Amino acid sequence: MTFSLILEQVLNGLQSGIMLFLMAAGLTLIFGVMGLINLAHGSLYMVGAFCAAAVAGLTGSFVLGLAAALAGAALAGALIELVVIRRLYARDHLDQVLATFALILIFSEGTRWVFGSFPLYLDVPDALSGPVALPLGIQYPAYRLAIIVVGLVVAAGLFWLIGRTRLGIRIRAGENDREMIAALGVDIGRLYTIVFALGAALAGLAGALVGAIQSVQVGMGEPVLILAFVVIVIGGIGSIKGAFIGALLVGLTDTLGRIFLPELFKLVMEPSAATQAGSALAQIAIYVLMAAVLVWRPTGLFGARA
Amino acid sequence: MSTGQIGGQPPNPRGIFGPKKQGREALLNALVLLGLVIVPLWAVMADEPFTITLVTRAVIFALAAVGLNIALGLGGLVSLGHAVFFGIGGYAMGILAWHAQNYVPLFEWPVLFEGTKSMPVIWAVAVLASALAAFCIGLLSLRTSGVYFIMITLAFGQMFYYFAISWARYGGEDGMSIYVRNGFPGLNTLDPIQFYGLCLAALLLGLLLHARLRRAPFGLALNAARQAPERVRAVGLDPLRLRLLAFTLSGAITGLAGALFADLNRFVSPTMFSWQLSGEFIVFIILGGTARLFGPVVGAVLFVLMEHWLGALTEYWHIGFGALLLLIVLFGQGGVIGLIAGKARAHD
Amino acid sequence: MTFRTLALGTAVAALATAATAEVKVGMITTLSGGGASLGIDTRDGFMLAIDAAGRDDVTVIVEDDQRKPDVAVQLADKMIQSDKVDVLTGIVWSNLAMAVVPSATAQGLFYLSTNAAPAQLAGRGCNANYFSVSYQNDNLHEGAGAYATQAGFKNTFIMAPNYPAGQDSLTGFKRFYEGDLAGEVYTQLGQTDYAAEIAQIRASGADSVFFFLPGGMGISFLKQYADSGVDLPLVGPAFSFDQAILQAVGDAALGVKNSSTWSKDLDNAANAAFVAAFEEKYDRLPSIYAAQGFDTANLLLSAIDKADVNDDAAFQAALKEADFDSVRGSFSFAANNHPIQNVYVREVIKEGDIFTNKIVATAMENRDNAYVGDCKM
Repeated sequence: MTFSLILEQVLNGLQSGIMLFLMAAGLTLIFGVMGLINLAHGSLYMVGAFCAAAVAGLTGSFVLGLAAALAGAALAGALIELVVIRRLYARDHLDQVLATFALILIFSEGTRWVFGSFPLYLDVPDALSGPVALPLGIQYPAYRLAIIVVGLVVAAGLFWLIGRTRLGIRIRAGENDREMIAALGVDIGRLYTIVFALGAALAGLAGALVGAIQSVQVGMGEPVLILAFVVIVIGGIGSIKGAFIGALLVGLTDTLGRIFLPELFKLVMEPSAATQAGSALAQIAIYVLMAAVLVWRPTGLFGARA
Repeated sequence: MSTGQIGGQPPNPRGIFGPKKQGREALLNALVLLGLVIVPLWAVMADEPFTITLVTRAVIFALAAVGLNIALGLGGLVSLGHAVFFGIGGYAMGILAWHAQNYVPLFEWPVLFEGTKSMPVIWAVAVLASALAAFCIGLLSLRTSGVYFIMITLAFGQMFYYFAISWARYGGEDGMSIYVRNGFPGLNTLDPIQFYGLCLAALLLGLLLHARLRRAPFGLALNAARQAPERVRAVGLDPLRLRLLAFTLSGAITGLAGALFADLNRFVSPTMFSWQLSGEFIVFIILGGTARLFGPVVGAVLFVLMEHWLGALTEYWHIGFGALLLLIVLFGQGGVIGLIAGKARAHD
Repeated sequence: MTFRTLALGTAVAALATAATAEVKVGMITTLSGGGASLGIDTRDGFMLAIDAAGRDDVTVIVEDDQRKPDVAVQLADKMIQSDKVDVLTGIVWSNLAMAVVPSATAQGLFYLSTNAAPAQLAGRGCNANYFSVSYQNDNLHEGAGAYATQAGFKNTFIMAPNYPAGQDSLTGFKRFYEGDLAGEVYTQLGQTDYAAEIAQIRASGADSVFFFLPGGMGISFLKQYADSGVDLPLVGPAFSFDQAILQAVGDAALGVKNSSTWSKDLDNAANAAFVAAFEEKYDRLPSIYAAQGFDTANLLLSAIDKADVNDDAAFQAALKEADFDSVRGSFSFAANNHPIQNVYVREVIKEGDIFTNKIVATAMENRDNAYVGDCKM
């Protein structure tokens, strides 16, 4: 295995980590500000991908598709916040789990009802199709590089938004003391809707970006949702920084585990059995990582509270 | 910030709410029990064996949810990974019976053991194995609480699911078929009604255990640990230990249900570990009514009936089911039992 | 066929029909959730043949298994116990078939497989009441291996998900592939990102790639592979190339070779009539699942005309004759009740706006399966 191949795999791990970050950031933000656990976050990811595929299919423009994904997911997010989620803030986590579980059922079958059972078509835009040559002889798909760039830009934007803007101050205040900021005259209901829609838009963006290189189909959101949970547990709930580091860790562990564990097993077993055993272990590697972090730091790497 | 305490209802030995409403709930419970006895018997007379299968499925799901309810209702631990124990119970049955069926020794040391087709042995293994798994998972995940706990149990569930899929020795994703239902001394388990009797007995034992626990010092301490851990600590009890014990017990009962479920279908597969199933267990409890003794039973029966009837009506029945669930969570506090027996929830 | 024999045939059929009781068929298939498109095609193909026959002595009950084994078992129990069906059919997935078939045949029912045909049911677990009308699961992979050998590939990289069907797939491929392996990789079931595997392919020095990634996994892989700039020839079984999937993959699949026992351009009269009737009725192109559903129904109808479904031995014999016009052309049953048929190589092309397949070669002629010898019936 050459050095440049290892480097390329690291790049792949980073890219999948950054997509996970977009999902995890929304989840952790919503939890941090509203104290809400949202299982339906994966459905918003799916909504983003379907909006992008439908609009890109109609107009032929990937950019319009992306815009539609952002708008569609944000709108769906705002809508469910106003109709359902709003009534759950004061409830315990059990009710939140149940209600958002119900939302998954409705979103999944509803999407199937509207779009049918067949996967939709969404492709990489022409400008970004094909590989580009990187140093050390690495051929890397331009679109994946673009995803890394977009993800980093969004991450930077989020840090700026939370750290430097008026909205960010309110969000941070909302995390610390809800009654206080209500008393200060901030419309807390509107703030919550905005935060929820923002989280939804991030999920929708991830869905659309990933949809171009994967399959746009019903149920695509739930596996990602569970990975995002692992990210948050590792990073610490409510921490954007934690979500970022956690997502990269999970992305790298998953990708590198898939490649190197079977190779490792080949040292002691015959190849066919080694690839089977190695990839079985790789499948649970991120959960082992999660368990290890839990033993070491029960509140995650950057979590303040339990 | 919410710390993840579940605002369920405390165990209520003397009945804060009026005797009339309590009476109504007791009457409802009695009616449900009666239905669970009469309907299958009627099905035997009317030669409708499938009705028995359907009720058996409901009763087994109910038992799984009764198990979960010890962690969730008494301990306030929202586990979104209880399918793990259901699956372990199922695989305990599958592995033991598979070896017996194919005459392949399970292990040869210290004694030759070729698996078994005997239900009591299988149940014992299922209970022990799932209790052990619950203990280990609990040890790790109970270091946290609230939302962390939910996410971690969900993630562990997924880990077991993936592991089972790639475990080629025992069928991987294909699972294992057991051609003949396992035996129970003195009974013909192939007869649907006799097997149903076993499942119903298991459910009643589970309910009895739950009812006793609520009133026992352990249950009271567990509840206190949920509401005011400091005070429990002050009297010299360790809340973590209480929760761990509850979680282990809870996993063991759900594991037993898993073994029964495997025997009902004569089949086990990784879908017994799926996170949707974990979600459905919680749904049973809420649908019936949180912190109601019979909540899981009523919820499971309703779910199986809806799955059967709505499912036959339309492929899109999940939309209607989801909407109903939403309505119950948002407006129907106390679940179906609450709607019928009155809002007898003691809000303290 | 002259008018005379036709009339005679009809008269005999009518006589036979009068002699037999009504036949109840239970179809368990996936109509909701992720894999619904496969089940819908199976059902539509099956019902197309039943409706075309226009007879009132066959009733079909269709139920949705949600792709869950326990639901499938429950439906089978219901159909056996309360609907009292004679024949079960329709299951798409091997794991669901393993949950239902052994106990159904043990209870004396007939099971006709429209798709799933795992090795266990072809070898030691074979049963006189179980017929696979589709193939044996390994067949398409074997066809791909045979094609890879014919095409002169010397160093193939092979890849499948780490679950029983995936493991069988690589075994099946290797059975008829004579070159070397540049790499052998098991991916995760449900995996959606193949960047790491594609990088491995690029670095492996392979001259071709064989992959088995059904459903959404195949869509993801094909799109990412096309975008990666790796341009080694791809070979796969038909599962990643049916009509529904091709439209979602788009240009990325063009030119890819895949092995199949059926194609819409297969040149025989039964197939031409089937494709036309299917398009006419459902306004879309049929898939291999639809074709297999259609054949299954026709096989069943042919057997009903010959024997009473309650007479096990006679009905088994009637089924085994395979006396129907298969849309796959030459079709007969091997000793273990699995098909003997050709495996073709297809290439993905674009016809107008629609992506579809056309046959370019025959990989294997009259292939049975590797498990015939293990089956003791």
